[in-house]
Amino acid sequence: MEALGLLLHGFAVLLTWKTLALMMVGLVLGVFVGVLPGLGGPNGVAILLPLTFSMDPTSAIVMLSCIYWGALFGGAITSILFNIPGEAWSVATTFDGYPMAQQGKAAEALTAAFTSSFIGSLVAVLLITFLAPWISSFALKFGPPEFFAVYLLTFCSFVGLGREDKHKTVIAMSLGLLLAGVGMDTVSGQLRMTFGSTDLLRGINFLVAVIGLFGISEILLTMEERLALRGHAASISLRTVLAVWKDLPKYWLTLLRSSVIGCWLGITPGGAIAASFMGYNLAKRFSKDPDSFGKGRIEGVFAPETAAHASGTAALLPMLALGIPGSGTAAILLGGLMVWGLNPGPLLFVEHKDFVWGLIASMYLGNVVGLVLVLSTVPIFASILRVPFAAVAPMIVVSCAIGAYAIQNAMFDVWLMLGFGVVGYVFKKIKIPLAPFTLALVLGSRAEDAFRQSMIISGGNMKVFWANGLVGTITTLAILLLFWPLIDRLVASFGKASPPAAKAEA
Amino acid sequence: MSNAELEIAVDDPTAPEENSPAVTNSRTVDVAVSLLLLALAVVLAWDNWRTGASWDSTGPEPGYFPFYLSVILGGASLYGIGAAFLSGKEAVETFVTRAQLRRVMAVFVPTLLFCIAMQFLGIYVASFLLIAGFMRIVGKIAIWKSLLTAFLFSAVMFVTFDIVFDVLMPKGPLEAAFGY
Repeated sequence: MEALGLLLHGFAVLLTWKTLALMMVGLVLGVFVGVLPGLGGPNGVAILLPLTFSMDPTSAIVMLSCIYWGALFGGAITSILFNIPGEAWSVATTFDGYPMAQQGKAAEALTAAFTSSFIGSLVAVLLITFLAPWISSFALKFGPPEFFAVYLLTFCSFVGLGREDKHKTVIAMSLGLLLAGVGMDTVSGQLRMTFGSTDLLRGINFLVAVIGLFGISEILLTMEERLALRGHAASISLRTVLAVWKDLPKYWLTLLRSSVIGCWLGITPGGAIAASFMGYNLAKRFSKDPDSFGKGRIEGVFAPETAAHASGTAALLPMLALGIPGSGTAAILLGGLMVWGLNPGPLLFVEHKDFVWGLIASMYLGNVVGLVLVLSTVPIFASILRVPFAAVAPMIVVSCAIGAYAIQNAMFDVWLMLGFGVVGYVFKKIKIPLAPFTLALVLGSRAEDAFRQSMIISGGNMKVFWANGLVGTITTLAILLLFWPLIDRLVASFGKASPPAAKAEA
Repeated sequence: MSNAELEIAVDDPTAPEENSPAVTNSRTVDVAVSLLLLALAVVLAWDNWRTGASWDSTGPEPGYFPFYLSVILGGASLYGIGAAFLSGKEAVETFVTRAQLRRVMAVFVPTLLFCIAMQFLGIYVASFLLIAGFMRIVGKIAIWKSLLTAFLFSAVMFVTFDIVFDVLMPKGPLEAAFGY
């Protein structure tokens, strides 16, 4: 297997003291970020991104992805001990995790959560190791029309499959694409939508927007709530860990089912949140004793955590292979690639082998180290919650400002961040989804370039998107997905109409 | 598990009251945001039309792609306004209560002041003031704790960014006095 050789090479890239130290720093910061209320995976990665500007790309991505793994682990701690999901994808973990903590089984629940997180990620990383090189070598044959079709598919599936009001998703997406176009036009060099402002000349930086949309707005939202909290403290002994692990084979079906759901939803833009709920609900439905769910059943921790982590990790697959992020955090990592001077897309696997395989190797190593780290240090991280939010909030604000300023050394960006903070707050409250907004912002100029290049190739003929079987299939699929809710309703009404007719005949 | 019963408890002295009156409802904000987006779409569409939104010999002009996006944005906003009016009066959710708004402002206004102060005092002095002030006034935390936390955090940030990672931040008179 060629992939195995390359993976070993990746481990060789990784095994330097400097990289390993950065990995540990990343993991600790990540768990920290995952535990703190008002901060999460995407925010943490966005705020800490400036730290990596002076690093080489491989060290930078290793540290950032470890922050992400850490945040995924950290979310479980607050869900189980405090009944406060640190992340939206940890909500399903609270259903059975918190009751377990109340029954004095916090250590078991935490071990179960961390272990299943580890299993979920591992399945997804295996998938990435063997599938990503194959997809990217396939995608090397893509021309601009194929790429535009894939972007279109991504956007349309958000509209068609998202649970928000359709027009709100469309608003989020078109606004993101528009803002991505502000500044100098890459094809003609002409200025667009700058209205004579010299600050807008540089364009609206994606990372500045993300820091505002996720970091600042989250602080505003968190402040609305009553922030008093009360929960359990727990430490995990080796005996508990071994006892939980001994029972693990009993739940192989749940673990496998959740991993598959997670991988699938991670690659398609469904996301970790949907995956965790689906994992939980399916485990409940297929259980022999569904009523015991929600009352502290360990399976109810295994199922959502495995799915959430599998999905969070699998979201990196399309990012690596095609340059299309499968989640908000993956979108930010993609923004990072551009800052470090790498061009995301299938060429990464050819031109930057060290980088790609170093990253994949770090997924294996990061998850193993992360598992050991969280299992041994839970009490320390749980006590972070003793720090009152009134101390945490201004620190996050300062970190956000540092992050926004450092990207281009511009004060204007700090104001822009503040503006996006308010926008994010209002959008979240009136349910305009932020994920498609972020995705459109990061993909906007690439999607436009692909479209215009296709148009130049074809001389303005839209038929180029149906020119061959491959591009035609993707484009048609995209349009089908866009109108999926309508199609679904039509099919359902036919389904409803026919049984009574059949009955009438009988 | 000997210490499983150990509890962690944190208070929130300035929490918003439960039964505070609503300032506005989600539908009003929904309509207001849609109107703003519609206005933005019109302005952007006009600007892109001016730049050139048709075709020339080399393909689509620079304004082509964004022009049609503005049209889509405008259309979706219009639809949003219509949907909000048709949705009926019954299921109107509170957008924010007065107590909640006060708390949100308690973090937004200091952040705004921090951004202004950052331009004159440098980011580290401004962050010291923000953290100490916020912890003392909003969190009602003891003065010495607030000052110490603020000092330590600002110092750590300074060392991390300006010294270790070489990321240069805006600095003011205090840093200048120390020769940075």
